[in-house]
Amino acid sequence: MSQSRIRLERVTKRWDATTAVDGISFDVTPGQFVILLGPSGCGKSTTLRMIAGLEEASDGQIHIGERDVTRLPPGDRGLSMVFQSYALFPHLSVADNIVFGLRSRKVPKDEQRQRLAKVAGLVDLTDYLHRKPAQLSGGQRQRVALARSIISEHPICLMDEPLSNLDARLRSDMRREIKALQSRLNMTVIYVTHDQVEAMSMGDRVILMQHGKIVQDGTPDELYNRPASAFAASFIGSPAMNLLPLEAGKEGAVIVGEPHTPVAPLEAVGGQLGIRPEDIALSTTSTTGVPAMVVSDEYLGADTIAHVTVGNHNVRVRMSGKHALAGQPCRLYWARENAHLFAADGLRRDDLTPTPLPRSPHSIPRPPVVGSFQH
Amino acid sequence: MITRLPERWQYRLLLWPLPVLLLLCYVVPFAGIVTWSVTLPELGVDNYARLANDPSIHAVLWRTLYLCTIVGVCALLLAFLMAYCWLYSSSRWQRWVELCIFLPFFISVLVRTFGWLVALRNNGLVNSWLQELGLIDSPLALTRNTLGVIIAMVHFMVPFAFFPLLSSMRQIDDRVLLAARGLGASRLRVFISIFLPQTLPGLLGAFIMVFVFCLGFFIIPAILGGGSTLMAAEYVFLQMFQTYNWGIGAALCVLMLVLVSGLVWLLMRFSRVERLVG
Ligand SMILES: Nc1ncnc2c1ncn2[C@@H]1O[C@H](COP(=O)(O)OP(=O)(O)OP(=O)(O)O)[C@@H](O)[C@H]1O
Ligand SMILES: [Mg+2]
Repeated sequence: MSQSRIRLERVTKRWDATTAVDGISFDVTPGQFVILLGPSGCGKSTTLRMIAGLEEASDGQIHIGERDVTRLPPGDRGLSMVFQSYALFPHLSVADNIVFGLRSRKVPKDEQRQRLAKVAGLVDLTDYLHRKPAQLSGGQRQRVALARSIISEHPICLMDEPLSNLDARLRSDMRREIKALQSRLNMTVIYVTHDQVEAMSMGDRVILMQHGKIVQDGTPDELYNRPASAFAASFIGSPAMNLLPLEAGKEGAVIVGEPHTPVAPLEAVGGQLGIRPEDIALSTTSTTGVPAMVVSDEYLGADTIAHVTVGNHNVRVRMSGKHALAGQPCRLYWARENAHLFAADGLRRDDLTPTPLPRSPHSIPRPPVVGSFQH
Repeated sequence: MITRLPERWQYRLLLWPLPVLLLLCYVVPFAGIVTWSVTLPELGVDNYARLANDPSIHAVLWRTLYLCTIVGVCALLLAFLMAYCWLYSSSRWQRWVELCIFLPFFISVLVRTFGWLVALRNNGLVNSWLQELGLIDSPLALTRNTLGVIIAMVHFMVPFAFFPLLSSMRQIDDRVLLAARGLGASRLRVFISIFLPQTLPGLLGAFIMVFVFCLGFFIIPAILGGGSTLMAAEYVFLQMFQTYNWGIGAALCVLMLVLVSGLVWLLMRFSRVERLVG
């Protein structure tokens, strides 16, 4: 099984002036489902293409299994790839598209036919084998691209945003299908996406990239609960984590524009305080917590996103159910373990702990009017 | 404004010149030709009967088709290579290829034909260079025969094949080629089974365009062939202006037109014209 291990060592890709990938290293163990996540242009596709051999690394080494494949042509690397935008062959039928790789490797005709039948059944394309790609829907094309790569039965599959052109519904179906396929065939998968939902729901491990470098490499849980930087914090989670700049107050660091509530030790000044919208409790009745004003609310069905101002800043708060709070003053509360501190350079600070907020939601015996703590 | 036509009519007014022009320049003369072919020298289909039976006319027709096919194939090959080079070279090289294509465009056919005559004749440039290099002893016969005609015609036709080919090559998605590489195909295989099939409409279109153009060639075969390579257009000219056989010339014209129409129909049918020029 160890031939499906993938190891990158300080791999770099430069084009004249631009450095698309800047010395990244990681080690994928067999059977892992690894997500390469990051904003557009951060070098995800380039990384994947270097692993596939479609782009030559300017520097560093790529190992697959025991072999150094850095300079090997794509056909000799023992992996298959699904492309961003599918890249199906427009002049070939679905069947010919799927077996193209087998033909290139001169697999006997009989075996081609058997494997085609099996794979077509697997991705539910049996009735479409004679069509041309132009006559298929987006989801069907996507499945052809998938079939074309898994028919090779390589233990490694690289996927470059395979679901980016699909609608939301189909996407979630395909996510489950790909995941199921991966565990059934016990493939090692590196999966590129810029969609954090895909990353969180599919990955055993997420590698977050920015400007060609790895920002964080960990389980989805770690990325969500212990973001390594302000960028990682804002990239994962929807709506994004609130990041509030801190300044010096009387009893510690305070949110800029809100001098009365210390939220962190003085050493945190200059950095940022991060709290996820879903970790904030909003109350219109409480007298403790950070004072705020609700500006507007967005009702999303299962929950409501309230936009409130704290000091000079906009803060998003997620509450379950429907609430109409616009224009009301309120108080915000969050548990200390849900607050994250980031230094001025954006990196996570684990040497400091945020100051706990006083919590006494029932200090005033007043009946709740509209909202109450949602947690 | 003198009169205020409804806007709809203003547009229609602008559409008029084209049909009128077509009518005057094509339909009317063509009707005249058809009339000649069945009335000169007397009413009847004698001219067409001669087309069907006269071996000398058959020889001219076969020679025309044969030459057009050869020129078509050669021009296509050259244009394919040039378009391929253009596609995969730096922008500086692209400018050079374009220059090579465009420069001859601005020079009249007549001048180019005489240019080829100067270059190819027995004591011309090509022969004297080859002799100086010691590659040949006596001059090669490059003019007054079919070879010279083919060389000059291919030279003339390459740009006409280049643009449709380039256009169909540019429509090929690079990512598809990469995908084929990624699936383990060698470069040669990618070219043969992915690249080439996708240029087929362009190849077919370019071939038919070149072929149709060649059918009407007159100056090049007349000058470089020196009478030895009589093609259909020159034959029509001879019939009409030298021997005053207006009827048979007209009948041959009608036949050629039918042939060309058939080819153009093929072109429309099998490769989308708008994609060749787009
Ligand atoms: N052939 C190339 N020549 C020069 N620069 C390139 C080339 N290919 C990619 N780049 C640059 O490298 C950087 C990374 O590109 P890459 O395609 O890896 O991004 P990505 O993370 O996949 O983005 P997306 O999510 O939009 O697909 C980009 O800034 C891009 O402009
Ligand atoms: Mg990409």
